[in-house]
Amino acid sequence: MNAPSPVLQPPPEKLYEARKAVHNKRIDGSFRRFKWLVMTVTLGIYYGTPWIRWDRGPYAPDQAVLVDIANRRFYMFGIEIWPHEFYYVAGLLIMAGIGLFLVTSAVGRAWCGYTCPQTVWTDLFQHVDRFVDGDRNARMRLDAAPWTWGKFTRRAFKWTVYLIIGFWTGGAWIMYFADAPTLVRDFWAGEAAPAAYIAVAILTFTTVALGGFMREQVCIYMCPWPRIQTAMMDEKSLTVTYKDWRGEPRGSVKKAEKNPGAFGDCIDCTQCVQVCPTGIDIREGPQIGCITCALCIDACDKVMDQIGRPRGLIDYVTLEGAERERAGQETPSTLRTIFRPRTIAYFMIWGGIGLAMLFAVGTRDRLTVNAIQERNPIYVQLSDGDVRNSFEVKIRNMENRPREMTLSLEGLEDGEMWAGSGSHEQGLREFSVTVPADQLLNTHVFVAAPYQGEQREEFRFVVTPEGDAEAAASEDAVFERPGGTQ
Amino acid sequence: MSDNGDKRVDQPTGTEFVGHEWDGIEELDTPLPRWWLIIFYGTVIWAVIWTIMYPAWPLINSATEGVMGWSSRGQFEQELAAVESERAPIREALARIPIERLPEDSALMDAAVRGGRSAFQVYCVQCHGSGAAGSPGYPNLNDDDWLWGGDLRAIEYTLTHGIRNPDHDETRQSLMPAFGRDGILDGEQIGDLTAYVRTISGQQEPNRAAMRGRTLFTANCAVCHGPNGGGLREFGAPNLTDRIWLYGGDSDTIRDVITNSRHGVMPRWGHVLDPVTIRMLAAYVHSLGGGEDFVEVAEDPGVEVDERP
Repeated sequence: MNAPSPVLQPPPEKLYEARKAVHNKRIDGSFRRFKWLVMTVTLGIYYGTPWIRWDRGPYAPDQAVLVDIANRRFYMFGIEIWPHEFYYVAGLLIMAGIGLFLVTSAVGRAWCGYTCPQTVWTDLFQHVDRFVDGDRNARMRLDAAPWTWGKFTRRAFKWTVYLIIGFWTGGAWIMYFADAPTLVRDFWAGEAAPAAYIAVAILTFTTVALGGFMREQVCIYMCPWPRIQTAMMDEKSLTVTYKDWRGEPRGSVKKAEKNPGAFGDCIDCTQCVQVCPTGIDIREGPQIGCITCALCIDACDKVMDQIGRPRGLIDYVTLEGAERERAGQETPSTLRTIFRPRTIAYFMIWGGIGLAMLFAVGTRDRLTVNAIQERNPIYVQLSDGDVRNSFEVKIRNMENRPREMTLSLEGLEDGEMWAGSGSHEQGLREFSVTVPADQLLNTHVFVAAPYQGEQREEFRFVVTPEGDAEAAASEDAVFERPGGTQ
Repeated sequence: MSDNGDKRVDQPTGTEFVGHEWDGIEELDTPLPRWWLIIFYGTVIWAVIWTIMYPAWPLINSATEGVMGWSSRGQFEQELAAVESERAPIREALARIPIERLPEDSALMDAAVRGGRSAFQVYCVQCHGSGAAGSPGYPNLNDDDWLWGGDLRAIEYTLTHGIRNPDHDETRQSLMPAFGRDGILDGEQIGDLTAYVRTISGQQEPNRAAMRGRTLFTANCAVCHGPNGGGLREFGAPNLTDRIWLYGGDSDTIRDVITNSRHGVMPRWGHVLDPVTIRMLAAYVHSLGGGEDFVEVAEDPGVEVDERP
């Protein structure tokens, strides 16, 4: 038996650190105004787009942007995508990806700072906080205050506003999937599909949870983009930088007056920390929590103006520019850093894909034909001695109007065909069919030809829209005979 | 090992030892996490409730039934009933519509063809094959040659009453004599007839034997197969002039059929399947490519037809 181990008292270790609430101070400046602009535009697009109308004639919906899942169509202004053309959507996603590379390599995490939905909605909710509870100090006081009736009503009011914004966000989302005016009416009448209510409920919850409560934690702990974007940045990407060589050591204005030359430009007023929406201190250097929204630049510039020192103690600088400036060398202009081979290459790829897709969309066929041969039995002997094959012919009319089309045989010189319930006597070389607007027409076609001939004779089904021979589509097929040439 | 009452406590953790030791490594009696215990007792309670609610305990001849009254067979029957009630309107419409007018209602016809296709895979493929292409002795239902008629009504009748069912009065019935075996014709005459049949079906040039056969044909065969050998559907007598042969068109087979005759049989389904399934089967067979239009012989124009689906 061992002697009892010596008593070890490990220090109480906290495995969990409570979030420190971010109460960012109001600030005005050029970047703040730019953020307002971006927020207005992006939220405007999000909430407004489903309400834009777009006339497509009587056979298609008149909503400009519509993801019609029930009918498997995706409408985007003048473009209509069928499920088999989904690669256009994939192309858009690739463009979005490369666009992100482009933006990141040129101006750093601008996506994070200005246009990411998480940033935009967090910004919106922070404005709500400010509107209801006042600015930074008032909010901090209220946070620390005990729960009184007044605090409760304020909180209840704020959370109600949160809920309204969340509901509005979820409500706008479902408008993309059905005719917006009809859906709004049905929604309030209780007649919309259960999926609509569920989607609104989920998005209300996620909007309030992510934008109202989790905020910068999403960026710091949950989101993969900061990591990926950090990997994509190089020494020539713009990023928000505190120029420590100019600012350090920090000292108040009074100290600096007493002791000229001993202190840098930073007066340690912590305005940059107070205005930060993710609650970081930019003076600690580039970090994952920095979404480069540049509000600290606005704050610092304002202070520098007040104390009569030059602006730009915190500024958009590239890593390379910072090195040069630290060494007292001349820094390249911002334009030079943005237009460099890497960004130009990204832009060319991005634009190339875009142009290729535009070209493809502009020249794509709006009519296709497909023929699937019946394999069981593959051929049938008819009483007059001829051989019959049968095909499932699928004609896809992707235009928003019904079209008269002629289905004809090309090749198989002695062959005849008839559809569905006809018979060999009614066999023809071609017949016309009406294909409904924006639909797939499925026709069972019997093809008969003399017994004598090649065992596998190639021919084609050709579909020609009436009055538009240019748009004809064709499909290769094979006529099979039991014995072949005898 | 030692369990002699003196509890020893591991000082760093404050936990008792179990008393097991392996090379100086001892096992602690760490209490189970509370959440684990709660879940454990929860599952025990759940299991008890479960055995009360659902069939569980085996008895000698059966098992406890559970207070919910659930059984897998019962659930299956419920699901089956749900499907049946879903299909009820289609089945009702199919039962009501006169079968020759079925093609006018293309949606109903499509539904019937789909239903018929699955019924065919259960009841018919054994003889006619999965693609309904048949085999020697079993007709190919894809072609345009019909022994008893190829319109919807005729197919429905054949399906309902079958062919040559001895126990059924309404069955399709005809018996070709065994000309050779019964001594009606001698071997030479049968040879002549064979030559004639091969001539009218375009398989050989007319010759002297065929000329002799022609006279024999008129005397013995034309009453059922028609004066030109074109067949007669009232008797299920095949058309001998076309290219489709149920048993084969070569000389040996034709000679054998004339000598011994053939009486192909198809079961009747009227007492096995419900009328709607038979209609679906008829629609499916009709849709295979050889279906003929029904030619109305207007006998009773006063009949009201309910066209509502």
